[in-house]
Formats: sequence, C-alpha cells, structure tokens
Amino acid sequence: MKRIKLKRRQPNRSRGGDIGVYLVLVLFAAFMVIPLIFTVCQAFKPLDEIHKFPPTILVRNPTLDNFGDLFAIMGQSYVPFTRYIFNTVFITAVGTAGQLLIASMGAYVLAKFDFPGGRKFFVIITTALMFNGYITQIPNYLIMAKIGWIDTFLAPIIPAFAAPMGLFLMKQFMEGIPDSLIEAAKIDGAKEWGIFVKIVMPNVKPAWLTLIIFSVQSLWNNPQAQYIYSEDLKTLPYALQQITAGGVARAGAAAAVGLILMIVPIGVFIFSESNILETMASSGIKE
Amino acid sequence: MGKTLALYFRKKKRERQIAWKKAKMSKNCYLFILPYAILFTMFYIVPIGMSLVLSFTYYNVLEPPKFIGMQNYVNLILADDVFLTAFKNTFVLAGITGPVGYLASFLFAWLINELPRYLRAVAIVCFYAPSIAGSAYTIWQMIFSNDAYGWMNSILQWLGMEPKLWLSNPQYMLTVVIIVTLWMSLGTGFLAFVAGLQGVDRAQYEAAYVDGIKNRWQELWYITLPSMKPMLLFGAINTIASSFNVADVPEFLCGFPSTDYAVHTVVSHLKDYGNTKFEMGYASAIATVLFLAMILCNKLVQAIIRRVGK
Repeated sequence: MKRIKLKRRQPNRSRGGDIGVYLVLVLFAAFMVIPLIFTVCQAFKPLDEIHKFPPTILVRNPTLDNFGDLFAIMGQSYVPFTRYIFNTVFITAVGTAGQLLIASMGAYVLAKFDFPGGRKFFVIITTALMFNGYITQIPNYLIMAKIGWIDTFLAPIIPAFAAPMGLFLMKQFMEGIPDSLIEAAKIDGAKEWGIFVKIVMPNVKPAWLTLIIFSVQSLWNNPQAQYIYSEDLKTLPYALQQITAGGVARAGAAAAVGLILMIVPIGVFIFSESNILETMASSGIKE
Repeated sequence: MGKTLALYFRKKKRERQIAWKKAKMSKNCYLFILPYAILFTMFYIVPIGMSLVLSFTYYNVLEPPKFIGMQNYVNLILADDVFLTAFKNTFVLAGITGPVGYLASFLFAWLINELPRYLRAVAIVCFYAPSIAGSAYTIWQMIFSNDAYGWMNSILQWLGMEPKLWLSNPQYMLTVVIIVTLWMSLGTGFLAFVAGLQGVDRAQYEAAYVDGIKNRWQELWYITLPSMKPMLLFGAINTIASSFNVADVPEFLCGFPSTDYAVHTVVSHLKDYGNTKFEMGYASAIATVLFLAMILCNKLVQAIIRRVGK
C-alpha cells in the first residue's frame, strides 16, 4: 500500500479518476481537432474527390493541385498578388510595433506608479476588453471620415495601437518586476525614459511576444474591409476571401485558402506557446 | 448644518489640493501614458459616447442627425419583432455558450494541468486551436450541409434515417450554431486558466493534504479556485465578449437573413441597420443595448466569482 503511494505523483488522486480524466480529455480533444483535420484533408483533395458522392472525409489521393490553382488565380488578379501580401505585412508590422511601444509606455506607469487617475483609467481599460469591433464600428467610421482616414492605412493601423488587450497584459506582467530593480537604477542616476528602455523593457520579453502575437492575430484575421475600398490597399485575407467566393469551380482553391488562413495563427501560437503562457500567468484581474 | 457643510467642503478642497500636488509630482507618468490615453479615448471612449448620443437621434449619414428622444428604443421594443427575435436568440446563445464555454475552459485547463509536460503542451494546442483558426469554422458547413453531400446527412442516410435540413430548418439551426460556437469557445480565457493553474503554489496543496483534504474535488474548491480568482475574472470578461458578439458563424452557416430569423443575433441586426440600411441612430440604439447587457452581465459574473471558495 505504502509503495503505491510513493509511486504516485500527487497524493489526492485515485487511479480510477486518472483514467477517467484521460478518457474525457481524449474524447473532447478529438471533437476539437477532427474538424481541423477535415480542413487540412479538404485542401489536399483533388477536385473529383471534393465533389464525390457519397462524400469522403479523409483524402485518398493527396495532391497539391489546389495550391497550384490558387497560385494561378493569384496570378490573374487585377492587382498583383504580392501587393495584398505587402499590405497585410505592412499593416500588421506597423500596427504591432506601434502598439508595443505605446502600450508598454502606458503599462509601465500604470504598473509601477500610483498617480491620481491611474487606477480608474485601468478599470476603464479592463472594461474595454469586452468591446469588440461591432459596438464601436459606426462612430469609429464617422470619426475616421471626419479626420479623412477612410481608405488609407491609418484607419486599420492607428486604432490598433490602443487595443486594450495589449496594454492590459503588459501592465499585469510588469507588476512582476521587482521595485528594487527600478529603485537601484534611480540611485544610479537613470532618468525615467532610461529606466523604461534599459531596465523594464528587457525584463518583459515574454510579454512582448504575447502582445505581438495577439496583435498579429487580430490584424491578420481582420479583412479591414469596412475602412478601405481601394483595391490596391486591400489585405491578403480579404483577397483570399474573394477567391473562396468563386463557387463550385474554385472549391479546391478555396480549401487551400482555408488551410493557409488557419495554419498561420496556429503555427505562430505553437512557436511561442511557452512565452504566451508565461505572460498569461499574470493576466488575472486583482480586485 | 451649515458648519458641517463648510467642513465638508473644506475637506474636499484639501483633498483636491493634495491630489493636484500628487498629479504635479507625477508629471512624468502622465507624459508616458499620454499617447496611449489619447488614442484610447479617440477610438474607444469617444465612440461609446457618440453611440449613446446618436441612439437618441434619427441619422442616415446624408442629413444631420435629428433628435427624436427615446423613439429608437421604443421602436426597438414595441415595433421591431425581428429585434426581439434577435435579442432572444442572443440571450439563448450567450446563456448557453457563455457559461458552458467558461466552465469547459476551466475544466479542460484543470484536467490538462495534471498531464506530463510535453503532453500538456500538445493538449493546449489541440484545445486552443479552433478559437484562433481564422475561418476554419467554415468546415462545419460541409459537416452539416443540407444536401446529401453533408457528412452528417450521409451518415444519417447510411444508418437508414432521413437526412435533415440542418442549416435551414429553424428546429435545428440554433443547436448547430451553439455546437460550432462552443467548439470555438476555448479562447484567451482558457490560456489564462492554464497559465494560472501552473502558478498556484505547490506548497498550498501539500499543506492542505496534511490538513485532511481528501480528493481532487475538495482541492479544487478550497485551494485551486480561490487562488485563481483574478484569472476567473479575466476569463469571464473574455467569455462575455465572445458570447455576446456571435454573428459571423450563424451568418456564414445559415445565411443572412436566416430562415425565420432563427439564428439572427443582436450583432447581425446591428450590422443590418448600420451597414446595409444606414439607419445609424437606430443601429446605435442597438449597440447601446448590447453594450449595457454586456456591462450588466459582467457585474453579475463578478458578484458570483466573489463567492467562490467560501
């Protein structure tokens, strides 16, 4: 009896419970993953298999034809396809870089200094985590129109600087930096900006990465269609969505598009999983 | 009476002076936060205020807004049957996918937490992937397609049963949308839970074991949940945000508008009036209702979470 207990990782666990836990996890993991596997299979099916009756789920004769078709369609587009790719990369890169700088500056003083209004401001930001695009869409359009940003890159980029999620995660993570580190730098004669750049920022690298990834994900997934109507300013997800709207003949290319749109955010997440989890560990809202 | 009032004002004045001195001393703080504060105000706070103001007007973008008092709200409740349907659908959708998604996020995070390290990393990806997979939910249209090409229907036929109009029979539509929404509901909150569970102090569990806690359920209620409270609040905000804003999934799966408006949501209705009909005042009233519902729901959830572990 004693020996069994020693072997166990944790004392409060029954063996039956452990088996049950694994069973439940495998079952639900299958529910989560199977549709994604379908999406992958679909992209590698030849056209005759996509339209086969009765429908098959797994791919029998995998082929890269769909990707070939996709590139062929890309080659015929009105605006060179590299333009869409450039637009997406540009918006994502500038939007993310700006957010990293501006949100980190705000997060630093909110995390490390107690100044009048600071706490209230943070509560408002926390509430703003709940709003997503739809609630503010109409007034935002009117504001953009007023300042003449409609149909320019400013419309998707500048508001992204102030996305509440970035500042929120940054601030929560920065609270973990020991005050003594900042005090020591002050005694050494460093100015506020110097402390921010040389002490604080290098110490919150996991949060950088998390902020970058969240920002990339939201900019990547958003076709930005509402503010931009010039074809040569449109983004990759938008262009890809247009391809999928091509009907039956483009079902293959559409499946390839689905795979590309899916694989990028998941790939990025796998790549940075440990850093994101480290940041999330401090994400809690203290009362 | 007058004396106490004077005393009160003097105290207030003094507090203001102290606050002002403090504010002056933390000049640098304000400089640091200024760029963010300006942009945040411009694109998050001002729009909310504008939406509130516009909701009392008739505004079609071409003419200047005309003040019409509560008329939009009266119309919403008394004259717009579709809104009531949309409200009911959103209520049902959020009422089911919100709590279930939230509990599932926590449950799976908790179960995953006990796995060995590498298995855990894989499991996190599996459970989190659907929520970030872009347009991957489109695959569900193949699964539930109305014709015989749909996988669900071909399974039914293979079993010798009648195929069903999953996406255009109001009897099934809401269920399908709920399933797909739940499939995507392990999002940011789930990640926060996973990370939070890893951060719970191990020594607490050992102490609890000595104190006579017997199984994983007691451990969960008396130790894990109370030390996870901040994460629970963060997760709740994320869940509310995602469950009240369902619109893309039903619109893609069941079309827009859906049969009998069976899966028409408040956000769909908002998009309809804002983007198609250009009745901005009315759309703003819808946005305001949605906003208030979310704030109220958040307050309610906070009150519930405060009782956890007591």
